[in-house]
Amino acid sequence: MLPAIIFYLFAGVLLASAVMVIAARNPVHAVLFLILCFFNAAGLFVLLGAEFIAFILVIVYVGAVAVLFLFVVMMLDINYRQMRKDYKRYLPVGGTVGLILVAELVMVCHAWIYDPKGLVVTPYAQTGDVENTRAIGRLLYTSYFYPFQVSGLILLVAMIGAIVLTLRERKDARRQRVAQQMDRKISDVIEVVKVPSGKGVS
Amino acid sequence: MTIGLNHYLIVAAILFTIGVLGIFINRKNVIVILMSIELMLLAVNINFVAFSVFQKNLIGQVFTMIVLTVAAAEAAIGLAILVVYFRNRGNIAVEDINQMKG
Repeated sequence: MLPAIIFYLFAGVLLASAVMVIAARNPVHAVLFLILCFFNAAGLFVLLGAEFIAFILVIVYVGAVAVLFLFVVMMLDINYRQMRKDYKRYLPVGGTVGLILVAELVMVCHAWIYDPKGLVVTPYAQTGDVENTRAIGRLLYTSYFYPFQVSGLILLVAMIGAIVLTLRERKDARRQRVAQQMDRKISDVIEVVKVPSGKGVS
Repeated sequence: MTIGLNHYLIVAAILFTIGVLGIFINRKNVIVILMSIELMLLAVNINFVAFSVFQKNLIGQVFTMIVLTVAAAEAAIGLAILVVYFRNRGNIAVEDINQMKG
């Protein structure tokens, strides 16, 4: 009974906050609801017994992606009220498509029966005495090592791409030019004048 | 009453639909569109993890991590493009983006 209650709690808050993400007037609130959404999804994952994915979800999504969203929302100076003006115009078509989609997906879920005979124990099963994190680590660093490396490469490319896109050379900034500094000679900038006494320098 | 695979699949289906709906009703605001894409990817991840746990096959969880990576990369690149676009145009109305029209 208790797992069912916890499931419905997490699932309910997850879906409610997801609705708030797309319906919130203020984008900062939308990001905060997105964070709530990710926390509840992590709760569902813990309930399923996938602890590692749950904590990775919190670290990556809440710690990195949502904070990135928050930065960008707060950095851009945009009139968000202007943007929600024709909210109502898109609602009928969006609602129709959404209803059809959710009806189809739920029908698929209900019409679908699990065949216990189809449940073969794969070589990648998590056995009872190994905890989730260790089992994933064993799999990830052996059979799935190349996909793991490629996903690291994807992150590197994304990082370089984001830096290249947003880097700009400001023309009005005064920056230190080390080569020019080192290139200066004393004779370029200082002149020693022999001043005859009583005449001064003109 | 036990919570089976179907419960998780239905939650993921509804979450995915909310993401699609978010793209439809926030046609102008790219930031909310990106957040809706994150919601859809989260729904996909819930499906992967649920199948992985109920089938006792860890590959689904490994694949979830790869999906997570792609989602993070996509968010970073998308927001970087958004910042550059805002710097050039002063707004982020997606409907006005027609500079790449041939």
